Amino acid sequence: MGELAAFIILSVITLASAVVVVTSGNIVRSALSLVPTFLGITGLYILLQAEFVAGIQVLIYAGAITVLILFVIMLTEGGTGLRTRQVNEQVPLGMLAAAVLALILIAVFSGTEWPKASGSLPQYTAAPIGEAFLTSAVLIFEITSLVLLVSLMGAIIIARRER
Amino acid sequence: MGVNWPLEIGRAIALTVVMFTFLAVVTAMLGVLLERKIGGWIQSRLGPKHVGPQGLLQTVADTIKLLQKEHITPQAADVVIFNAAPLIVAVAGLMDWLVIPFAPGAIVRDLNIGILFFAAMASMTVIGILAGGFASNNKYALLGGLRSAAQMVSYELPLAVGLIAVAMEAGTLSTVGIVNAQIRNGWYILYQLPAFVIFMIAATAEVNRVPFDLPEAESELVAGYFSEYTGMRFALFQLGEYAEMFAMAALATTLFLGGWSGPILPPVVWFFIKMYAIVFFFMWMRWTYPRLRLDQLLNLSWKLLLPAGLLWILITGYRIAF
Repeated sequence: MGELAAFIILSVITLASAVVVVTSGNIVRSALSLVPTFLGITGLYILLQAEFVAGIQVLIYAGAITVLILFVIMLTEGGTGLRTRQVNEQVPLGMLAAAVLALILIAVFSGTEWPKASGSLPQYTAAPIGEAFLTSAVLIFEITSLVLLVSLMGAIIIARRER
Repeated sequence: MGVNWPLEIGRAIALTVVMFTFLAVVTAMLGVLLERKIGGWIQSRLGPKHVGPQGLLQTVADTIKLLQKEHITPQAADVVIFNAAPLIVAVAGLMDWLVIPFAPGAIVRDLNIGILFFAAMASMTVIGILAGGFASNNKYALLGGLRSAAQMVSYELPLAVGLIAVAMEAGTLSTVGIVNAQIRNGWYILYQLPAFVIFMIAATAEVNRVPFDLPEAESELVAGYFSEYTGMRFALFQLGEYAEMFAMAALATTLFLGGWSGPILPPVVWFFIKMYAIVFFFMWMRWTYPRLRLDQLLNLSWKLLLPAGLLWILITGYRIAF
């Protein structure tokens, strides 16, 4: 009961602020609306008892990514305070595409049989996640860090050239 | 799950009121008074002296004055964001305290991701500061907000590195677990001195205090991101800032100074003695050092603290594994 209420409240927060993100004419407001969206998703993670992922979600997405986006907007010339148009002339076409995608997704989701995972959740998810990163998922983990390193170096090179 | 939701919600509201009152009185009001008294002492002045005995009621009077003041919203400001920004800062400062253990059992909630939660909440402050700086529609405020974003994002990394080193040593992210580990093995300031130094420098930068107070540098930016704020909204920014500073001190106490542990005196007294010692240290730094330049500030974080911190994590890992 309480869990359902929490789910509904969190979903409303997430979806309402997500709508503001894609409709607001002011891109700073759009960027700031990402914060409640991310926090709503954090709440959903907590409902799923994935508390470590929830903490990381706040730290990385709400705390860092949003700040990065705001920072870029505010440093970009003419980015702030302008009435930016978020829709173009292709509204009907876009709606059609979205409706088709939604239909396909609903069909897939309702058609799939969702098996209940066997076993119980670990009491403490941080340690198993860390262990998986360094044992069974080590290749994925290392390649991801390599990609991040490359993008980091790319950013530095771009910043250097402008001088 | 057998959770009594109305009871939980009632408890949450009651605890919020208690914590908010605690923060407003102990951190903001007492903190400002201490700051002025210690500042006066360091600069051979008297500090506030006239309101109440030895000026003890000065900040109470200031708070009453701020409560009565008019809210002024600049004409060109983005009203919604302008009004929301102080709340974000104050709430983020408040949330930090959820995972601080004052004494055995005296903690709002012993989360098993305790210090991660703390870092996450501390990182939310910057959104409030950036939003306030932008919404004021004032070049000084915007510059302050941008400086704050650059600074806080850079110093979150060394801060997190300090937290990770302690978490590795204790083998847990729970603040209560870390204190218990220190009661068994001795204070972590002994084993984790480099992590402590990195943490303290990064924490000073995270709470925008001198020598890292570029976001609000009075002499360059008027007051930075909160130039346009008046009355209680200004007070909320101050409250958030002091709550955050005291929370950093409380976390440093918990992580490195053994939290509530100590002989003879009750645990909660020990906790406050240690916390105020670190608060004093923050204030001592503020009145002793001049402000850094922006490039020095960023170089310190990226070229010194972060590599040193990563090296220390490597050493800690080696020590634990072998």
